[in-house]
Amino acid sequence: MPRMNLLCAIALAAMAAPLAAEVHEVASGDGAQERLQEALILAQPGDEIVLGKGRFAMTDGLSLDVDGVTVRGAGMDETVLDFTGQQGAGEGLLVTSDNVTLRDFAVENPKGDGIKSKGADNIVYSRIRVTWTNGPSPNNGAYGIYPVESTGVLVTGSKVSGASDAGIYVGQSRDITVRNSIVEANVAGIEIENSRDALVENNIATRNTGGLLVFDLPNLPVMGGGNVILRRNLVIDNDTPNFAPPGNIVASVRRGTGILVMANDGVLIEDNILDNNPTAHVMVIAYTQPFDDERYNPYARNVMVGDNVFGRGGDDPQIDGKEMLLAAFGGALPPVMWDGVVEDGNGLMLAHGVQGWTLNLSRPGQSLVEAQPGPIDLVETEGWAFPEVGAPDDLESRIQ
Amino acid sequence: MKRIGVTLFAVALGLAGAVAVRADRPVPVQQAVIDGPAMPRTLSELGFFTGSPDRPADSLIAYELGNPLFSDYAEKHRYIHLPQGVAIKVGADGRIAFPVGAALIKSFGYRDGSGRLDTLETRVFLHRADGWLALPYVWNEARTDAVLKVAGARMPVSFADPSGERLDISYAVPNKNQCKQCHSRDGELSPIGPVWQEMSFPRAADRKRLMDDAWFAKDGLFAQARWDDPAKPLAERAGAYLKANCAHCHSRTGAASNSGLFYDEPVGPHPASGYLKRPVAAGRGSGSFEFIIEPGHPERSILLYRMHSLDPGVAMPEIGRATVHKEGMDLLTRWIAEMD
Repeated sequence: MPRMNLLCAIALAAMAAPLAAEVHEVASGDGAQERLQEALILAQPGDEIVLGKGRFAMTDGLSLDVDGVTVRGAGMDETVLDFTGQQGAGEGLLVTSDNVTLRDFAVENPKGDGIKSKGADNIVYSRIRVTWTNGPSPNNGAYGIYPVESTGVLVTGSKVSGASDAGIYVGQSRDITVRNSIVEANVAGIEIENSRDALVENNIATRNTGGLLVFDLPNLPVMGGGNVILRRNLVIDNDTPNFAPPGNIVASVRRGTGILVMANDGVLIEDNILDNNPTAHVMVIAYTQPFDDERYNPYARNVMVGDNVFGRGGDDPQIDGKEMLLAAFGGALPPVMWDGVVEDGNGLMLAHGVQGWTLNLSRPGQSLVEAQPGPIDLVETEGWAFPEVGAPDDLESRIQ
Repeated sequence: MKRIGVTLFAVALGLAGAVAVRADRPVPVQQAVIDGPAMPRTLSELGFFTGSPDRPADSLIAYELGNPLFSDYAEKHRYIHLPQGVAIKVGADGRIAFPVGAALIKSFGYRDGSGRLDTLETRVFLHRADGWLALPYVWNEARTDAVLKVAGARMPVSFADPSGERLDISYAVPNKNQCKQCHSRDGELSPIGPVWQEMSFPRAADRKRLMDDAWFAKDGLFAQARWDDPAKPLAERAGAYLKANCAHCHSRTGAASNSGLFYDEPVGPHPASGYLKRPVAAGRGSGSFEFIIEPGHPERSILLYRMHSLDPGVAMPEIGRATVHKEGMDLLTRWIAEMD
């Protein structure tokens, strides 16, 4: 009953807000930087900032710090915030307030990240495009769409290409949905890092170095990533050579990786279509590097590979000893590659008929020289239960 | 001697002002405007200055910091406005809690060839009942008043750095949100500079005025080493420099809380100080290097790579720097080179 009351209150608040809200229109042209930034600063909670059609020549990063504001363009190809001439700031647009909706505009050629939202709960990115127009290059910014330290994240209908790290990156967050989006020609297509309760579904990840990544990394304030579902994604032709600046964790992603899970607890991979990912359709591994952090768990735990459609793949792996491996496995590696590292009997689970191979390593960080490759020999998992995960429903209703 | 010269100059200016321009008569600080709710369109509405950035109200308390933030070699003048009848509280770490109604004022400028200071902008930080409000003001051409620029501004600036090299930069006045990026603790605006043991006061009476009524959480606050004090150990100087220049964002409650790199904590050989820490979200900011600090190898340490860069997307700090702080980089380079 108290819950009903709360819902009613939320519904009322949602209905009340638009009545008081104002619409501020910002056109492209002279002084766009100052006019748009001023609108973003002077907006009141609930207001809508409407961007006109055309290219907005930006000279600096933009930022929004007012709760409940909607920034709406005329479409991801009609309204373009062009950061080619950006002189300062680490991203194109920075959002630091809650309940913000970003929709129907594009960000091109930011010097750093595209759109970053930090500590911005219940944010919606809808039909946003972030593009580095020169294609894959280590000189491009790291992340296209970059929510971090947030609870409640919905990214939908969006498109990112050219990111030198991840196209859509969600870090240190929870209650996340990334759906109906296209990530193309990035190092990583979509990356869920140090985050919990994430749903990644109905996306297309293509021509990246790696398609979908689920990571947990040490020495960060938020760790313990897990409860991530990857389902009904099209993960195809991820064959772009890695162009990440060395030093970054994604620089170690091998060209041709469809889905990569590293050090997480609870990842479900099902009903995806994976084709032409030449290193591996699915790779499940422990964190590989030395670390100094006693709170960190480097193992991949409770990773379930359910029913997926696996096309051609594993036929040109970027792995030492490739020829021998291909010969041993008959010309192509099985779809699931595993390092074999298990913390406590809770590592990898495979559904009926899912084929895989393992390096048969026994501890995180062990040298690949000590690998003893062979087929995975696991008892098939029959039924599996997984919690419901994803962004709160009201985020989706905001853009209906 | 120098000090007397400055005083005489100020007196002369003051006299000239009084004779020539009646509007330059001192007006008291406008407490009602500080208290709100409006965002004053011009700086003169607040009454902190009398017709010129060189003439702060006499009631303002000027202070200096042992370890200031590097701001493109700009000369900064800092003031506190403390209303009558209220006092500060000094926390156990020396951080000052200001009462509602207080204000912090900071002016930025450069000296020309003849040594005359030209003030470009003044940032004010007003402590209102609902929290701090940060507002940037840019001085007009005649330097008689400054205008609110919530969206910030850029202006070309030419000056000589301490080594004598002439620099032409696009000087950036931060927008209101960028003020908060640095001044944010747990999402709330908060002062950075005023930490009791780091402050000095040109007028001795000011120190006494603040201290007499203040409440101190503890006695015996010790200042950090000054970053430029050659008598102090390198590690202490480097730690003080990183704290002054990085810790406002790189703290567990700051804008870079997600980085895992924290300089408001004791700096030492551990990942949170960057020691053998791998980058997280640096992208091309890594410069192809593996560690934030690689002991013995400043040339391979991401910390220095980013602090040397002027490229947005790489440069650290992310805002407020269009030049390389050579003296600061020399210090950090030596510190990392001697590390093992």
